[in-house]
Amino acid sequence: MDIKDIIKPENLVYDKTKVLTDNVMHYCPGCSHGVIHKILAEVIDEMGIQEETIGVSPVGCSVLAYNYLDIDWLEAAHGRAPALATGVVRLNPEKYVFTYQGDGDLASIGTAEIMHACNRGENIVVIFVNNAIYGMTGGQMAPTTLVGQVTATTPYGRELDLHGYPLKITELVAQLPGTSFVTRQSVQTPAAVRKTKKAIKKAFANVGQKKGTQFVEVVSTCSSGWKISPVASNKWMETNMFPFYPLGDIKDSEKETADKFKVQ
Amino acid sequence: MGELRLMKGNEVIAEAAIRCGCDGYFGYPITPQSEVMETLMIRRPWDETGMVVLQAESEVASINMLYGGASTGKKVMTSSSSPGISLMAEGLSYLAGAELPCLVVNVQRAGPGLGTIQPSQADYFQAVKGCGHGDYKLIVLAPASVQEMNDFVDLGFELAFKYKNPAMILTDGVIGQMMEKVELADFKPRWTKEEIQANCGDWACTGKKDRKRHVSTSLELDSELMEQNNLRFQAKYKEIEENEVRYEMIDCEDADYIIVAFGSAARICQKSMQIAREQGIKVGMLRPITLFPFPTKTIEELAGKVKGFISVEMSAGQMVEDVKLAVNGKVPVEYFGRYGGVVPTPGEIVDAMKQKLIGG
Amino acid sequence: MTEEIIIAGFGGQGVLSMGKILAYSGIMQDQEVAWFPSYGPEMRGGTANVTVILSDDRISSPVLHEYDTAIILNQQSMDKFESSVKPGGVLLYDPNGISRHPERKDIKVYRIEGTRLAAEMGNPKTFNMIVLGAYLKVKPLVEMENVKKGLEKSLPARHHKLIPLNIEAIEKGCGELETVQE
Repeated sequence: MDIKDIIKPENLVYDKTKVLTDNVMHYCPGCSHGVIHKILAEVIDEMGIQEETIGVSPVGCSVLAYNYLDIDWLEAAHGRAPALATGVVRLNPEKYVFTYQGDGDLASIGTAEIMHACNRGENIVVIFVNNAIYGMTGGQMAPTTLVGQVTATTPYGRELDLHGYPLKITELVAQLPGTSFVTRQSVQTPAAVRKTKKAIKKAFANVGQKKGTQFVEVVSTCSSGWKISPVASNKWMETNMFPFYPLGDIKDSEKETADKFKVQ
Repeated sequence: MGELRLMKGNEVIAEAAIRCGCDGYFGYPITPQSEVMETLMIRRPWDETGMVVLQAESEVASINMLYGGASTGKKVMTSSSSPGISLMAEGLSYLAGAELPCLVVNVQRAGPGLGTIQPSQADYFQAVKGCGHGDYKLIVLAPASVQEMNDFVDLGFELAFKYKNPAMILTDGVIGQMMEKVELADFKPRWTKEEIQANCGDWACTGKKDRKRHVSTSLELDSELMEQNNLRFQAKYKEIEENEVRYEMIDCEDADYIIVAFGSAARICQKSMQIAREQGIKVGMLRPITLFPFPTKTIEELAGKVKGFISVEMSAGQMVEDVKLAVNGKVPVEYFGRYGGVVPTPGEIVDAMKQKLIGG
Repeated sequence: MTEEIIIAGFGGQGVLSMGKILAYSGIMQDQEVAWFPSYGPEMRGGTANVTVILSDDRISSPVLHEYDTAIILNQQSMDKFESSVKPGGVLLYDPNGISRHPERKDIKVYRIEGTRLAAEMGNPKTFNMIVLGAYLKVKPLVEMENVKKGLEKSLPARHHKLIPLNIEAIEKGCGELETVQE
């Protein structure tokens, strides 16, 4: 049998989505960003919304996300992605607008912006990639760094008295009446990837129905920052991060209507 | 002739925004400019023109909402006062770096720090030298009347889009709080999708369709390419300097001495000129309307004809540096100002002129 | 003609709106006008003042340090602004609550019992229009017809029914002006 007999449309079992560009990703081996980019691209492709989607990339390792997804992008200042997304969606309410942010960006320098965007119920998807460390700047402590976790700025492990507690920002935004779907997922196994993709798809569909802020946290690894191998990183994440950041839907409801809180 | 009204400078900014087809205002309250957003919220332009008005959680958020809206080819603006503009400095640097048009109004109050809510012009350096990091410029317009507050909103947007650069109206508590007669502009409709396509189609993030994707970014990690970006910016600023200088000259033809003043200080100096002329001192005034681009060439030309200049500012002496650069040592350049929220009197300006410039 | 006026009193006396109506009246007869208020914390229940300029020519400085006319409606403002009246200028005041009366001899001084007259009219809110009427008696710079138009322009439509009462108050102020020294 000749190779040409094999390469036929009917034999196709997997094809890279056209929403992913051919650019070689700069992410480290074992990094979760690549998988998350891929499923995000697939969701946009499968929903047929490439022309209607506008992404906002953060400062952090995914600052160059705009090189990998073939859609229109805005690149935000550190932490400000939800404010940019607000500007985009308020003036272009028919668009599918999403932010893609890491834990330093979203949960540290950008806490005001994410809280208020969620509280206003901006009709956007937030993809929050939480790997408990600052990757791009070389592995410093993030707000989500676990107690005892070693980083470049917690060389003896995160100490409560010195650094305070890891921040469960996802649980916080779930309290806000502007969010409707808040979930925490991961991408370390094929089953987990499928669940995360389903969650992202649901988030985009909800935005299509103007349901308010959709918040998808993806608990992720950072082999380079954690200084352990990719396989060991997955294990470390399951052992240490999942107990503190448990997976699953935190909120799945309608955005609350204002009238019940109105002054009399 | 348009509609005549008696309005505050701050109110006029809001009305002019609605009338010139602005798509979105994002702001945060701060004295002495809160009437801008208050007027917009009373007017509810979303019912009338579709313009969006949103009270943001901070000035940091407002300027970044502008980045979002501007990236999609929309006419967006904010207003604030000095401490709020400091918070926007980061965002302005990003907007300039991403070559995005927008309009920012600074109704200045006195600093540093929380300072006072009284009027000041001490944000001159911040406005004309680029208030955030990196080599960039804002196009800076300095209104001296409520009428110019009206006129410069539309002009600011026009220049911002022409050069894909943030524009700033640099005014202060005097002009913002003052009411004067104003002829309002006629309504211009907001740009349609097709007009945005025609005006901003080669860069706006309107959704990737039958074209390469658009990325609104100030980031370029390759330093050779980043230098190219900077060279492009500098060429643009040079073009702005060549084409967009605006100023007003009053009684300069026979003048021995020239007052250089902008905004509310220029209004006060007009009274000083009357007093000085009554005393037989031939004084004229150059009022820069654009602070960047600065009327350097005009001052240079005047320097060949007059005996000296005095820069009158409600600051500790900022614009005087640019006047000195333009005069380049040909004749004396002096400075007089009051600051910290104090407005100089016409008489003390005349006294300073006599003492510092004329001698005796 | 250029007339530079300071109107100074307590917040709530209608100082700012009196200035606005006067400025609007000026516009109605094609004059250049400027209205510049004191702004800031002193407004909150404390003193309030506004500078109004009416002129046939382009107005230079909206911020003034001496005035053709000072309309003074409380003691703090008397202490602050009596000295700012140009020699030969006008000081008009309401004696209510005034413990130290004007002392300068080089200016013209007039009184209007605005507070008492407003109470007599049964509506304290007519106070500022009574004072405006007294001012227009001293300096008839704007015609009554234009004051009426100014009221229409500066009052929201829902308050237009109050215009006749305001006119009545202005006329009362015109009639009740007292000359102290000329």
